[in-house]
Amino acid sequence: MILDAKIPEGPLEDKWRNYQMHSQLINPANKKKLQVIVVGSGLSGAGAAATLAELGYEVQCFCYQDSARRAHSVAAQGGINAAKNYQHDGDSVWRMFYDTLKGGDFRSREANTYRLAELSAPLIDHFTQQGVPFAREYGGVLVNRSFGGVQVQRTFYARGQTGQQLLLAAYSQLSKMVRSKKVRMFPRHEMLDLVVVDGKAKGIIARDLVSGELKRFAADAVVLATGGYARVFRLSTLAIGCNGSAIWKAHKRGAFFAAPSFTQIHPTALPQSSEAQSKLTLMSESLRNDGRIWVPLQKDDPRVANDIPEEERDYYLERRYPSFGNLAPRDIASRAAKERIDAGFGVGRLKNAVYLDFRSAIANFGQATIKDRYGNLFAMYKKITGIDAYQEPMQISPAAHFSMGGLWVDYELMTTIPGLYAIGECNFSDHGANRLGANSLLQASVDGYFILPNTINNYLAAALKDEPVTVDHPAFQEVEAEARLHIERVLAVQGTKTVDHFHRELGKTMWQECAMSRNQAGLEKALKAIKELRTTFWSEVKVTGNSDELNTELEKALRLADFIELGILMCTDALQREESCGAHFREEFQTADGEAMRMDEQFAYVSAWAYQQGDFQLHKEKLDFEFVTPSVRSYK
Amino acid sequence: MQLTFRIWRQEQAQAKGSFKDYKVGELTEDMSFLEALDHLNEILVLQDESVIAFEYDCREGICGQCGVFINGRAHGPHSNISTCQLHLRSFKDGDTIVVEPWRAKAFPIIKDLIVDRSAFDRIIENGAYISAKTGTAPEANAILIGKAIADRAMDAAACIGCGACVATCKNSSAALFTAAKINHLNSLPQGKLEAHQRVLDMTTQMEVEGFGHCSFTGACEVECPEGISITNIAEMNARLFKAQILG
Ligand SMILES: Cc1cc2nc3c(=O)[nH]c(=O)nc-3n(C[C@H](O)[C@H](O)[C@H](O)COP(=O)(O)OP(=O)(O)OC[C@H]3O[C@@H](n4cnc5c(N)ncnc54)[C@H](O)[C@@H]3O)c2cc1C
Ligand code: FES
Repeated sequence: MILDAKIPEGPLEDKWRNYQMHSQLINPANKKKLQVIVVGSGLSGAGAAATLAELGYEVQCFCYQDSARRAHSVAAQGGINAAKNYQHDGDSVWRMFYDTLKGGDFRSREANTYRLAELSAPLIDHFTQQGVPFAREYGGVLVNRSFGGVQVQRTFYARGQTGQQLLLAAYSQLSKMVRSKKVRMFPRHEMLDLVVVDGKAKGIIARDLVSGELKRFAADAVVLATGGYARVFRLSTLAIGCNGSAIWKAHKRGAFFAAPSFTQIHPTALPQSSEAQSKLTLMSESLRNDGRIWVPLQKDDPRVANDIPEEERDYYLERRYPSFGNLAPRDIASRAAKERIDAGFGVGRLKNAVYLDFRSAIANFGQATIKDRYGNLFAMYKKITGIDAYQEPMQISPAAHFSMGGLWVDYELMTTIPGLYAIGECNFSDHGANRLGANSLLQASVDGYFILPNTINNYLAAALKDEPVTVDHPAFQEVEAEARLHIERVLAVQGTKTVDHFHRELGKTMWQECAMSRNQAGLEKALKAIKELRTTFWSEVKVTGNSDELNTELEKALRLADFIELGILMCTDALQREESCGAHFREEFQTADGEAMRMDEQFAYVSAWAYQQGDFQLHKEKLDFEFVTPSVRSYK
Repeated sequence: MQLTFRIWRQEQAQAKGSFKDYKVGELTEDMSFLEALDHLNEILVLQDESVIAFEYDCREGICGQCGVFINGRAHGPHSNISTCQLHLRSFKDGDTIVVEPWRAKAFPIIKDLIVDRSAFDRIIENGAYISAKTGTAPEANAILIGKAIADRAMDAAACIGCGACVATCKNSSAALFTAAKINHLNSLPQGKLEAHQRVLDMTTQMEVEGFGHCSFTGACEVECPEGISITNIAEMNARLFKAQILG
């Protein structure tokens, strides 16, 4: 199958405008007749649902939490990028586009990436209008700071709670449309499967998490906005409920899965402290604006951090990457930390961390300024660790954080199933092999607010002529029956091991072999191990309780069953890509000084996998670089 | 360490609930409170019992989904944290810990420790927004907002919607939650045009949902994970008064 990304004609700057000029319109009277399902109420989902409803469509929106306001976008701390050039430091749409493309190690599409940068400025206008209390200067204008991988200040923020403030704005706009009865909101509902009729997405089967009832929902188009799947590693910065199930089920129904193995490992999370740990808390990347990262020069140095003199500290990022220093991109900063930790220089009780030190910043700017910038992060650090980071350095460690991979989508954000769209973190689109900090709130938001509400018309205009499908269609019966059978199978195993046991095992294998650094032997071993795990899961898992009640254990089991299969695809993808690019670092392909070795001739493509009865078939979308020449990515 | 959890079990909304004791060993001080409950649930599964239903998502104090009463205090023994931020180092080996759901008329129990907080969503639906459609915004710096105003709006906007304020209030009042949202939006120039209607509608909805009246005991601000101050409530009342006069 030829994957057509449907990139519009013309110079980069004109593509989106050209697209809009030629896309179809639907008159308001007809919009009312069209139903759209949006699964997810994060920035992408809430933005899309509210905007589609404002445009006149009938929207049904779903989330698994008790309220739309709790989607994991809420946890983003650091900020959101936009090419406003408010700081007069030479920023522009082109520069932001280039930074993003380069940050992603030239494994994303030029046209998508450019559009992301182009729509960033109006997005800040939008959020300001919705009442987001972005940080301000005394004179009343908006403030910016820097994030990793760039040399300008283009990040907007609301204290250390940017994601929360953006999500609450999206949630309030969504609530407005709920009140005007244009959106029906279904919290505590989890999508279990996609219903495809005559090759087109026509609805979903969702489980009411309170009653356990399976329900059918029909629509003219389905939008997935279900967020990232890094919980496949179990320990990650994601919320406990984050899952890959909706996109995985869509994949099994025919949607291609792109670059599944491209996972971002964030350099500044709190280290794991025990086996029982359920998540790793992120310390925002913004801290790297003022914090300096180091380890002792001496192995197993028994002294506490403050007793180690300046000349006995190794500021390894500043040493290896003098021009970007502590603001080197995430993949590079994480790998550098892993390198030091593996070499025996790690700090902390389990020797699995590095220091993030604010001593010089506090000396230069005073504690009050640092508190103003990061107060809530320091408070959070103290709550979790009991340590006062104004007095001694934080201890941080890399953690699984973001999925660059996701469902393959074209320029219109449509998957390979007509009528099925994927927006936000659950699609593969703009970040290539590594996402730049503060670009993801941006992507989720522009996908939901600005792009999808424009592109979906093209499909829906034609759908108006289709025979309307209702939930009585046999396809709904079939898919519902399959979902029910799946649940019954899980409950029927009645083995001797808990769901968490299997998740810990999966997480260990994935972290060991498919995270910051990968190699052929390891990936092959991982594939074997995960396939075995799949077998033992289905013969030894134990889930108590029933399907017709609120059953959190069952919810976990269903999500994990999908994660196991997704883990297999991730390892398959990582094995296939015999090069290093961005976050995908294959040990066999590195330069003498340990940097990634990209192989553009063979691998300048997006891997897009088709599901075939338990196996996966690779398709390649070739990446053409018409406007920039891929360069070797250097931050030295 | 070893702890005894005395946990409220209730099969569903209509069922009668009761406390049940669980002695749990093999706990460590750096485990979070919720991780201890995870651990207990794993034990229950292996004993063929149904797990304790409790809520959480982000486990870092920002989503507001967690929240239980622990030894008679919302979110446990410390001030200004959420349940997921509580660690076992706050307890002593051998302690008995009493765990209950939020109790308020407007938050009916769904199961065990899980309650229905959708009343909060309905308060938000009644005016906690600025009516501007996507695509209609002016340039962001066209309207200047002083740092002090932006900072105060942010202080109020930080609410995570966990419901601890309601649960801890002897009147089960949602005044802190509602006030925080009103003050966030009404203090910004963008929120001014709908300011009066917003206060009127949101405070009315608060009553419709069955939340009690605020009698200024100040219990809420102590338990609020974001430390939102009760001066917000006074400010809301002033705004309400003004809105009632000016319409
Ligand atoms: C700790 C942390 C900090 C971050 N900080 C930043 C930052 O500073 N800047 C930045 O740009 N990015 C940041 N990111 C990334 C960014 O927050 C996310 O990529 C982005 O918010 C994702 O938004 P989303 O709408 O795609 O998904 P989410 O916000 O995750 O929403 C997913 C939605 O889907 C629903 N859902 C999921 N599965 C199902 C199902 N099966 N059925 C029904 N509903 C379902 C959920 O209920 C939820 O409503 C951070 C991420 C994390 C984890
Ligand atoms: S789990 Fe999100 S605030 Fe506690």
